[in-house]
Amino acid sequence: MDNSKSRWRSIFPPILVIAVLLAVWELAVVWGRVPEWKLPAPSVIVAEAIAIWPRLMLHAGATVQLALIGFTGGAAAGFALAALLHLIPGARRAFYPLLVLSQNVPVVAIGPILTIWLGYGILPKLILVWLVCFFPVSVAMLSGLNDTDPVLRNYMRMIGASRQQQFWRLELPNAVTHLFSGLKIAASYAVLSAVVAEWIGADKGLGHFMLISSKGYQAASVFASVFLIVALSLTLFGIVALAEKLVVRWRPAKEAKKV
Amino acid sequence: MSKAQWALELKDVRKSFESRGGAKEVLGGISLSVRDGEFVSIIGPSGSGKTTLFQLIGGLAPLSGGEVWMDGRNTTGHRGHIAYMPQQASLMPWRTVRGNIELALQIAGIDRKQARAKATDWLARIELDAYADSYPHALSGGMQQRISFLRALLSPQPFMLLDEPFGALDALTRQQMQQWLLTIWEANRRSVLLVTHSIEEALLLSDRIIVLSAAPAVIVDEIVVPFARPRKESLWTDPQFNALKQQIYEQLHQPTV
Ligand SMILES: Nc1ncnc2c1ncn2[C@@H]1O[C@H](COP(=O)(O)OP(=O)(O)OP(=O)(O)O)[C@@H](O)[C@H]1O
Ligand SMILES: [Mg+2]
Repeated sequence: MDNSKSRWRSIFPPILVIAVLLAVWELAVVWGRVPEWKLPAPSVIVAEAIAIWPRLMLHAGATVQLALIGFTGGAAAGFALAALLHLIPGARRAFYPLLVLSQNVPVVAIGPILTIWLGYGILPKLILVWLVCFFPVSVAMLSGLNDTDPVLRNYMRMIGASRQQQFWRLELPNAVTHLFSGLKIAASYAVLSAVVAEWIGADKGLGHFMLISSKGYQAASVFASVFLIVALSLTLFGIVALAEKLVVRWRPAKEAKKV
Repeated sequence: MSKAQWALELKDVRKSFESRGGAKEVLGGISLSVRDGEFVSIIGPSGSGKTTLFQLIGGLAPLSGGEVWMDGRNTTGHRGHIAYMPQQASLMPWRTVRGNIELALQIAGIDRKQARAKATDWLARIELDAYADSYPHALSGGMQQRISFLRALLSPQPFMLLDEPFGALDALTRQQMQQWLLTIWEANRRSVLLVTHSIEEALLLSDRIIVLSAAPAVIVDEIVVPFARPRKESLWTDPQFNALKQQIYEQLHQPTV
């Protein structure tokens, strides 16, 4: 009872702000006589979205598929590489700076090169999403594996834990919270990078649809796609955050609230 | 006397650390032995090398000289022969109380089912079964140390090392914990080597007390504690208790050469 009340209290203000913003937008467009091809009113966007819904869903399906496969593959590879670099003596020290540096490379900029190398099929697009998701997961995982409490490490060694036991029973569980922060970054970029990949070259997907809509000055369709992309991105992020809540149950309540 | 009579034997154990300007000697030849089921305490000034000695017994660091024997076997540099209770409780925060005990037993080679049964049984015996499925952060410092002790007590390794197990607790909790540990240990005798800073704690718990000097540490004295078991807290008022306390206090505060 009390809980749902306080939840409502925390949800209500942002909802109000969004509602006011939409209202201002709507009124500004109507009163300012902004042409629809420049900035459609929210009501027009909704109407357009309903009108083109089947087509929108078809493209969204392609984008979701691309984002999900790329996210899963990239995250899995990032996880595996981190574990490998951690377990091979010396490998971590050699590769970690490179991994951190690679985070500063705007991976989407590689897109056109991938198209040159691999053509217009699904492969270059997958590789792009895959790369975008790979780096944050591997870096977070690697620093998580190295972030083991020395007191716990000493305890494990004292009672005779083997290297393998130390990895599975101490380092890996300890890295789980780090892993999830990497997964959350990857999740929030996965859909976006899929859309960018579709801009570069595709015959379906929301990115492709946005491109042809904007070429035809159909601003309402473009906006409808943008809102859909935001919704998909938030959903993927929400799923990862939910998974974290289910997996990391041991964290003290006050720490969990901070996130 | 057969060798296996000793649960632990240290033979002239030495340790130096390399530092700028030569080697720094920390342990200057420690020889001691602990009988099966005996409770021995080590007391010594801060920085005299007690934790270092435990690291050597645990096989975590190489010795500069000497040997470590357990149960009649040379275990110098070998890990896995000791059950350990460190100063901080060192419970894995992602494992429940029961899960933490299970982990220690499994690493010592006990299979999962048996470890679980043992943990469940003993948590009930120490009246912490209500917390079996709680995570460590929900426990007070004293409760965490009880779990930490139980975990070491149940581990099948032949020898227990306790490194200042109550050092981080407040005075009142500490006293309760000593009494608690005394009761449990007297009912389940295991070979124990305990490091402590508290003379009273050593006198209350041990069969024998070993007094170390400041670094490089050597054994200054070895005191057989004469009080009969089971012991009670009322020991604190015993005149002999206070005489021994005074004696050890003076040995610890001898001017260093
Ligand atoms: N890895 C190391 N390298 C160099 N010197 C060390 C190392 N470990 C310990 N020492 C030194 O050895 C000495 C003994 O340290 P140790 O921690 O064993 O003392 P202690 O008796 O456990 O002290 P306390 O009672 O404060 O816990 C200290 O002077 C410390 O500086
Ligand atoms: Mg110490």
